[in-house]
Order: sequence, then C-alpha cells, then structure tokens
Amino acid sequence: MTEFLINAVLLFYLAMLAVAIYRIDNLFAATMLMSIYSLLCAATFVVMDAVDVAFTEAAVGAGISTILILAALSLSGYREQEKHEFRKGGVQAVVALIVVCALGVLLAIGFHDIPAFGQQNTPAYQGVAQHYINESSREIGVPNIVTSILASYRGYDTLGEVTVIFTAGITVLALLGYGLEIKTNKKSGDSNVQLNLENFIVLRVVSRMFIPFILLFALYVQFHGDYGPGGGFQAGVIFTSAIILHILFYGHQQTQKVISPQLTCYLMAIGILIFAGTGIVTLLRGGNFLDYDVLVSGNPILGQHLGILFIEFGVGVTVAAVMLSMFYSFSKNTKD
Amino acid sequence: MLDLIISDYNYWVVIFIMMTGLYTTLATSNLIKKLLGLAVFQTAIFLLYISKGKIIGGTAPILIDQPAIYSNPLPHVLILTAIVVSVATLAVGLALAVRIGNVYGTLYDTEIRKQHDIANRAIATKK
Repeated sequence: MTEFLINAVLLFYLAMLAVAIYRIDNLFAATMLMSIYSLLCAATFVVMDAVDVAFTEAAVGAGISTILILAALSLSGYREQEKHEFRKGGVQAVVALIVVCALGVLLAIGFHDIPAFGQQNTPAYQGVAQHYINESSREIGVPNIVTSILASYRGYDTLGEVTVIFTAGITVLALLGYGLEIKTNKKSGDSNVQLNLENFIVLRVVSRMFIPFILLFALYVQFHGDYGPGGGFQAGVIFTSAIILHILFYGHQQTQKVISPQLTCYLMAIGILIFAGTGIVTLLRGGNFLDYDVLVSGNPILGQHLGILFIEFGVGVTVAAVMLSMFYSFSKNTKD
Repeated sequence: MLDLIISDYNYWVVIFIMMTGLYTTLATSNLIKKLLGLAVFQTAIFLLYISKGKIIGGTAPILIDQPAIYSNPLPHVLILTAIVVSVATLAVGLALAVRIGNVYGTLYDTEIRKQHDIANRAIATKK
C-alpha cells in the first residue's frame, strides 16, 4: 500500500509537471521543468522496480538532454526576455483538442480490458519473461537479468539500437557540423550566448575535484553492469557528462586537446565495430551471430561473460562518442 | 473501489500525460517547445511499459540468493534502450530546429508560414 501511495503521488506530480511544461512561456524555465520531470520519472521507475531504466533516465533525461536543449536554445539565439505568443488559439487549438481527445478515448478503450496493475497472472509475465527469470542464471550466469537480456538474449536488437544512435550522431553532424555560422542578434550582444563558466573560481575548483570521480564512476557502471544496475548505455552518458563538465569550466580548446571532434567521429564507429565484430567472431567460431557460448571453447558461461563485457564496452564507446560529438556540434560555435 | 483505483490509476495517468504531451506538440508554435511536448509524450510510453512490468510485492530483476518474486525484466530492457534512442532523436530534432531557425531567423512555425506565403506570392506575381 505504501508503495502504491508513493507511486500515486509521484505520478500525480508528473501529470502536473506535464501541464506546467505546456503552460509556461519561458523556454529556459520549460527546459528546467523538463529536467525535474525526468528526475521524477526516474524516481517513479525506481518505485516500480526498474532500477536500470531509472539509472538511464536520470543520466540521459535529467542530464544530457537538458544540456542539449539549453545549447540548442543558445545556438538559436533565444532570449529570456523574448515575448511571443506560444500557444495557438482559434481553429488550430480546437483541431488539436479534437485530435488529443480522440487519442484519449482510443487509449481508454484500449486500456479497459488490460490486466490490472501489478498482477502476476498477466500474459506479459508469462512465457518468455518467465524463461528469462528462471533460466538466465544457468544460461548466462549474470545476476542482473536486464543485462543478460540486453546483451545476450536480445543482443541483435541492441545492435540495432546502437546503430540508431550512431545514425542520429551522424545526422546531427550532417546538419550542424562543427563549423556552423550563427546569426547573432547584434542589439543584445553576444554576452549571454556563452555556455562556459570559466569565470567562477569556486565552481572551477570544485568541478576539477569532481571530474576524476565521475569518470571513475562511469567505469564502475560500465564494468559492474553484470552484477548491479548499469551497463554501457548509462556509463557512456555519465562519461560524457564528466567531459562536458570539463568543457563548461575550461573551454573547448582545453578539452579538445584531449578529445578532438575527429576522435569522437572515429570512436562512434569503433564502438559499433567492437559490437558487430564480437558477433563476427562468434560466427567464425561456429556459433550463431552474437551467440557467446562458443567464444571460449568448453566454457559457455565464461564465453557469455566475455561476450557481454565486449559488447557493453562497444555500446559505452559509441554512446559516449555520439553524445560528446552532439555536444560539440551544438555548442562549439557559440564562443567564437 | 480502492482495488479499482489501484488497478487502473497508472494507466489513467499515462493517458493524461500522453494527451498533454501531444497537445503541447500540436498547439504551441515554438519548435523547441514542440520537441519538449514530444519528449513528454515519449515518457508516457515509458511509464506505460514500466507499469506493465511491475509486480506488486516484487523486487528489482537482479538475482538474489533468497527466493523472490522479480518484476518483469523484459519491458525494462525495451525502455532502457528506448530512452537512449529518445535523446538521440531529440538531438536530431533540435539540430533541425537550429538549422530552420538559422535559415528563417525564427523558431515559430506561424512566422515561418508567413514567410512562405510571402515567397509564394512573389513567385506567383513573377509568373
């Protein structure tokens, strides 16, 4: 019952925030609300036992996507004082309302015979889910069932997801590149288009102490994903957030001495190649594509461990490189 | 009555959030605000899947030594990757918005449509 009450309150807040995001006119405020929304979403996921998902949502939704939206706002020259009618009125609003209500009615009809929340005898909990829960420790040997499904049972699916992220990274590069010229608003000057905080000494010193620990934490999440919540997706995003912190406080020149935009391009591809290469190796050793049992002859469990380690590493590299490359694209030119 | 609320509450909230997100996308004029609406819409779908995976009295799907009921791990995997893909697609959307803003000098679709109308009229008079 307590569990349900926490869940109910969190979901209520989420609904209120969704309305607030619609109603608020200031885009910076809307972005911050979106960040809070993501964090609350992560909390809701924890209450509903989805710890891996919560981890991802907290790192991605509250972290990277907020930064990307803010960077895009500053890149498009948005000003906080800007007064413009956000909400549409008249016919468009009525049509939108009709469409939305139709969606609501359809969903309500669709949901009316869906099994009740939290029951064990639902179709979704039978079949393959039972197999994963009961057999994964014997077949894969990894305590975190989510990791064994993600990396082993549905490894092919994950390869597709990583390719989607890779493609999105390329698309952003194709659209923005690293050298887009920005139309700056001459009147208001360029002073508040900057994303760096180099002038704040206290923040600089504190962040300098934090960055190594964040990087270390990313590596922990990367390699401990078999045993606890975590894995390549989360680790890649956390790794990138440490680098972005470095950029914010020390500027692009300093960071790009270590990780240049070209390097992120290579890493994007290398990550996928590690992933797909593992699949090719299993093919060459006589197994199916991404079937790690054959990686170590005579020891399927060790093979599974190795395979999961490799492909999680590939995922981590690609995700980190794509996120960083996106951040470079969105922010590079605001300074010069 | 209480059972009915518990069994359906999550789904009603999901429907509400989904409707709010879609309405934000359709009925606002700023492109970045539209993308925020789309992100809200997406999280509603995440919440739906995770709600489906939850088992009352269950625990997180990480194997422990004692016998336990685990929540359904399959929706977790689907949504975990969907979240990372969602930020990638959001970034593509933002990049498109930035390019559009760069070309038209505005991020409001009403202004963009006005510019289009003016351009079309200019072409029509030339002919």
